[in-house]
Amino acid sequence: MSGATESEYVPEARLKMDLLRFATAGSVDDGKSTLIGRLLLDSKSIFEDQLEAVEATSASKGYDYTDLALLTDGLRSEREQGITIDVAYRYFATPNRKFIIADTPGHVQYTRNMVTGASTADLGLVLVDARHGLTEQSRRHAVILSLLRVPHLVLAVNKMDLVDFDQATFDKIHAEFTSFATKLNIPDLQVIPISALNGDNVVNRSESMDWYQGPSLMHHLENVHVASDRDLVDARFPVQYVIRPKSDDFHDYRGYGGQLASGVLKPGDEIVVLPSGMTSTIAGIDLFDREIAEAFPPMSVTVRLTDDVDVSRGDMIARVNNAPVPSQDIDAMVCWMTNEPLRKGQKLAIKHTTRTGRALVKDIQYRLDVNTLHRDTESATSNGLGLNEIGRVQLRTTVPLLVDPYSKNRTTGSFILIDEATGITVGAGMINSGS
Amino acid sequence: MNQTHADYQLSQLDQLEAESIHIFREVAAEFEKPVLMFSGGKDSIVMMRLAEKAFYPAKIPFPVLQVDTGFDFPEVLSTRDNWVNRLGVRLIVASVDEAIANGVIVDDGKTSRNRMQIGTLLHAIEEEGFTAAFGGGRRDEEKARAKERVYSHRDEFGQWDPKMQRPELWSLYNGRLHAGEHMRIFPISNWTELDIWHYLGQEGIEIPDIYFSHQREVIERDGMLLSASEAVQPRDGEKIETRTVRFRTVGDMTLTGCVESEADTINKIIDEISVARLTERGATRGDDRFSEAAMEDRKKEGYF
Repeated sequence: MSGATESEYVPEARLKMDLLRFATAGSVDDGKSTLIGRLLLDSKSIFEDQLEAVEATSASKGYDYTDLALLTDGLRSEREQGITIDVAYRYFATPNRKFIIADTPGHVQYTRNMVTGASTADLGLVLVDARHGLTEQSRRHAVILSLLRVPHLVLAVNKMDLVDFDQATFDKIHAEFTSFATKLNIPDLQVIPISALNGDNVVNRSESMDWYQGPSLMHHLENVHVASDRDLVDARFPVQYVIRPKSDDFHDYRGYGGQLASGVLKPGDEIVVLPSGMTSTIAGIDLFDREIAEAFPPMSVTVRLTDDVDVSRGDMIARVNNAPVPSQDIDAMVCWMTNEPLRKGQKLAIKHTTRTGRALVKDIQYRLDVNTLHRDTESATSNGLGLNEIGRVQLRTTVPLLVDPYSKNRTTGSFILIDEATGITVGAGMINSGS
Repeated sequence: MNQTHADYQLSQLDQLEAESIHIFREVAAEFEKPVLMFSGGKDSIVMMRLAEKAFYPAKIPFPVLQVDTGFDFPEVLSTRDNWVNRLGVRLIVASVDEAIANGVIVDDGKTSRNRMQIGTLLHAIEEEGFTAAFGGGRRDEEKARAKERVYSHRDEFGQWDPKMQRPELWSLYNGRLHAGEHMRIFPISNWTELDIWHYLGQEGIEIPDIYFSHQREVIERDGMLLSASEAVQPRDGEKIETRTVRFRTVGDMTLTGCVESEADTINKIIDEISVARLTERGATRGDDRFSEAAMEDRKKEGYF
């Protein structure tokens, strides 16, 4: 036998499943790890040996109940300190949807980890403790999720069991958060009262909160509509890799490999290659050994053009009448991720889509206080941007970048900054505008 | 592909494939000397398939590297050869036996072959000057892996420092290296065991037949069923029995157990693991069982 053949394989529901990436923010105190443990356990994504290991550890620590938080604390130093210090990725699936959780720590000294987790998320889950209500930390989490343009937000009011499932307590937090959220960019907000420890409104509707008419958390995660979050209008195709087989069978083949950031491309489309500005027409789009009728995000395809124009890695293919403007002056919000502060006049490497260059920090306009949304110009001028701080920065780049505002496009609107001496990623940028 | 063009939706499996192809192309474009670590196991076969798709109709623009423990399953080696021949890629075999003979690593009689792979692998990477090594690690496999980056930086000693990991945002990967350092690349980080099986089914590609149910002579040891072979002989009180089994992972024969199973097709395997109560590593990998932090420790030293 030499493995499976296509004929014996019957595609099942999983082949039609869609995907939801969500980021969680909160600390151990909010019960975040317990909630994730609960989601994994109740969706049967936890295996016997994992549960046994956690039960054994809980018993050896003298706990009265199984500490589900232990399921998600991966690194030894984290287990020893009882905290999450890094982004951890978790997976579970229900019959129609697969979920990727970016589990991030909640404390202010880990803002960079939260920014990292939120960068790829369709949905952000913020936890608050019903006993304490909204805290500085929960506001900060909402601010970061909105800065990262995570389109869907869930506020889970946890530990409802400890406030006797009291509706008034929930309503107060709900109202307070809704009023705060009006200052932010949150297109879709859902507030859910839960008890992660007991499982109330996590997978099943709680019997102790019949005053709550909304969905359980799992029901919401399973049904939140994410397909329409994508931009299918503005075609953006960053060229990653030029495919030239130079073989007898494909002697003249020249294709441009890349992943569509947004929009739809079809054979016959008139396109422009940036930054050169040369125009051509799409001859064909290949997906492995098949030609396809159209490409849409997030497909990885190979595009062939009718003309022998000069296209290389770092270029972008867009529509003739709908293309980003090549920009060397970039205005962006930057999250700083290393101990040594970001200073005016500093030079860094910058990576934007598939394009790499150098950037000069021309100005740091203000530091954004992520707790209060206050813009602090004085601190930015005298101290620059410190670790885990977010601020508005002006950059001048050596090469033109093909940018869109981050609010329009999370792929062509984002960049990373790299320290040229250490090679470490030191900053993450979200573009306001380019010129 | 299973997208319906009417609503421009990609299934989650197609989204994973697109993400992995993006990673393969990014590495091929940015690194001077990549290599694909290929064991012949199901995960590395998915990797080969993704690499094939990423560069088609060109050949895969990097060689593949296999660490030969000396205790590899013959069925796995023959599948490896079929793949390498079909795709026309260069195969480099780094042998643990040769590494011992050349004094690259020391066989103290206590260290497992699995652990000796680390030194052999690091030596091969150094010898050939590879700057990026693709691995088939998945974040769903184990707790320490859940925090692994797609681009995982290794210092000049091949070590992983979990506290020094680079933040990884959007799909912007940072491949900067200093001389002597290399990057481990994990393109299937976001795939789960079930995704792997569905993809193998969807693609209809060759995998070693030891993944499917068959009769085998086995020895039961510490709750695991090990394949009886020259390397695995019965100890006191143990006996060789013939059972109907299959392997969920393939590794070193002395450490990789099989499970009793009637699953002889991909569909049946999917049904089986959908209800399986043990993770694939916990069930059949002796190397992860030694301590709660076993994987984390091996990763720090330079394991896959």
